[in-house]
Amino acid sequence: MAVKKFVVGYFEDEGPLFTGVKKVRAAGYKIHDVYTPMPIHGLDKAMGLRETSLHTAGFIYGITGTTTALSGISWIFNSDWPINFGGKSHFDLPAWVPITFELTVLFSAVGMVLTFCYLCQMAPFVRKHHFNLRSTDDQFTMVIECTEKTNEAELTAFLQSIGAKGINTQVAETGWWLGRYDKEQTHRDHTGAILA
Amino acid sequence: MAGGSGRRRKAQNTMASLKYESQVRPPLVVGQKDYHNVTEDIVRPIEASPTRAWWIGFIISVGLLIFGIISVTHEVIFGVGQWNLNRTIGWGWDITNFVWWVGIGHAGTLISAILLLFRQGWRTGVNRAAEAMTIFAVMCAGQFPIWHMGRVWMAFFVMPYPNTRGPLWPNFNSPLLWDVFAISTYFTVSLLFWYSGLLPDLATVRDRAKLKWRKIFYGLTSFGWTGSTKHWQRHEALSLVLAGLSTPLVLSVHTIVSFDFATSIVPGWHTTIFPPYFVAGAIFSGFAMVQTLLLVTRKVLKLEEYITMEHIEVMNKVIVLTGSIVGVAYLTELFIAWYGQNKFEGWAFMQNRVNVFSPYGWSYYLMMGCNVLSPQIFWFRKMRRNLTVTFFMSVIVNIGMWFERFVIIVTSVYRDYLPSSWSTYYRPTIWEIGFYMGTFGLFFTCYFLFSKFFPVIAIAEIKHILKKSGAIYKEKMDGVEKESVEEFAHEYAHAH
Repeated sequence: MAVKKFVVGYFEDEGPLFTGVKKVRAAGYKIHDVYTPMPIHGLDKAMGLRETSLHTAGFIYGITGTTTALSGISWIFNSDWPINFGGKSHFDLPAWVPITFELTVLFSAVGMVLTFCYLCQMAPFVRKHHFNLRSTDDQFTMVIECTEKTNEAELTAFLQSIGAKGINTQVAETGWWLGRYDKEQTHRDHTGAILA
Repeated sequence: MAGGSGRRRKAQNTMASLKYESQVRPPLVVGQKDYHNVTEDIVRPIEASPTRAWWIGFIISVGLLIFGIISVTHEVIFGVGQWNLNRTIGWGWDITNFVWWVGIGHAGTLISAILLLFRQGWRTGVNRAAEAMTIFAVMCAGQFPIWHMGRVWMAFFVMPYPNTRGPLWPNFNSPLLWDVFAISTYFTVSLLFWYSGLLPDLATVRDRAKLKWRKIFYGLTSFGWTGSTKHWQRHEALSLVLAGLSTPLVLSVHTIVSFDFATSIVPGWHTTIFPPYFVAGAIFSGFAMVQTLLLVTRKVLKLEEYITMEHIEVMNKVIVLTGSIVGVAYLTELFIAWYGQNKFEGWAFMQNRVNVFSPYGWSYYLMMGCNVLSPQIFWFRKMRRNLTVTFFMSVIVNIGMWFERFVIIVTSVYRDYLPSSWSTYYRPTIWEIGFYMGTFGLFFTCYFLFSKFFPVIAIAEIKHILKKSGAIYKEKMDGVEKESVEEFAHEYAHAH
């Protein structure tokens, strides 16, 4: 996507992080993202992120499954190859309930997981810039984007005042690229391999 | 008064930061743990080299798996005739084993999905391993119907696809086809649920990795997870919806397995009680298997602070509940067989099962003893909290549940409507036994690999509940709760 400059602050507890996020937003800084080792309820709202629509996508995938099963089976049993099963109806809806249900669940689950991976841009061989390796362990990492108006020294002091335990500046690619995790590399080592 | 309300506000602030949970509930994480300790404790077995116990267990499992592969190969080359199935007993050990394994595969998704919806905090300690167990058990279960087909190279005929044979479609009205859909959907959804939950934890292992292969392996498997808030938000939504989907799914799977029997007109199978009875039995045996595995896992991997006595006790409560439901179902079946006044149904129950002198009468009493009588011991708290008793009982329950399926299948079919075709005594051949042992090999090989290379406890989820259910935070809450309750009572009394 793009290479940008960021000021990165680390927190060791979610308490100061929460108030910190609110203060940073109130001060008008642009939060790029907050990386946490576990889900923190309410942090998305504090950051002003909108609610995800993944549920809606799941519902749409689900009804696609329902429709696929019902239309498929009724077409097969009524028009493509109508077989007489002991004189039973060709449109034997109760007997189709199990398969219809299973396909609804299957479509919904598979569709949602694929959508999740697509939205979060996650797949094997995908590599991203990690601002702080301990943000999957015990640290909460707030990443603030530097725009042309941002005064870095001021921002650093501000982060210190809201309780950040460590602060540094990083230049990073915001998107993903194909790469391996055993090499200390950035997207720039992969010239021409920036895909998103 | 002003000072009092100030203190109360302070107490409320502390409460808010600690995410209050009732002190009545015992802590789910014992010991003085912070986030980093949680990571260390759970990742330690992955980063350490495998122990001698692990190697011994793994080699035995692989040995069993090889025995299974040989047995199945023998069956494929020489046909299903290598099994002792005959004209009346068309389903013997193979389908018994199928239903048994599917049943075991129910606890994981129950724990991770239904208990998530019911907000049961204790699920976090055990859900990862239980889900893994579910997936491996379903893999084992699937083997039986597939290899039972005989001409297994034509197994894909069960899939509905436009083919050159007409096209000849499978029968969508058949419970056997429902089963194909149910089991394959269940496997897929459980796998997705399990793996999507694993992603953040694999990223935790990746970011700590020092060795090259570990960086590559966990880099690949964690899909580039970063822990971004937006990703967590989507992840939470995904888990919740998958839980919502899995809840009816897990109930549907064993319901549909029971339809394999219930929709037939074989006396002993033709029973409307089967769906709930099978589901209860599945949860019963699934929890027993979770106990068997976790009692060993927590000991070997030193995870007693995460899989605590509370976890074990609460699972024993589920076992005594579902065991009793199964007992009621057995008695209801007997009653209806008598009350229904159908001679054939009556014969299947009273002569083929209850009559202890009938050829398979012994298996009925084994089932009753293991499944209905023995779990009643868990009405006593002391027994629920005794590790030896729990381990012993978990094995007993699974033996009982195997015999339940054996009783249902074999005692119903070995004497059909035509007495001249009543078979001689059915006993399995070495190849049937080998196949069953082979699935144990598959199951435990997978479980050993899982426990070595994957975090057996959901790290992020433990961190999520740590501040409301961890021992250290509960202790902090003790004082706050007592003080604030007294203050509240005091202020309330003065307000009037």
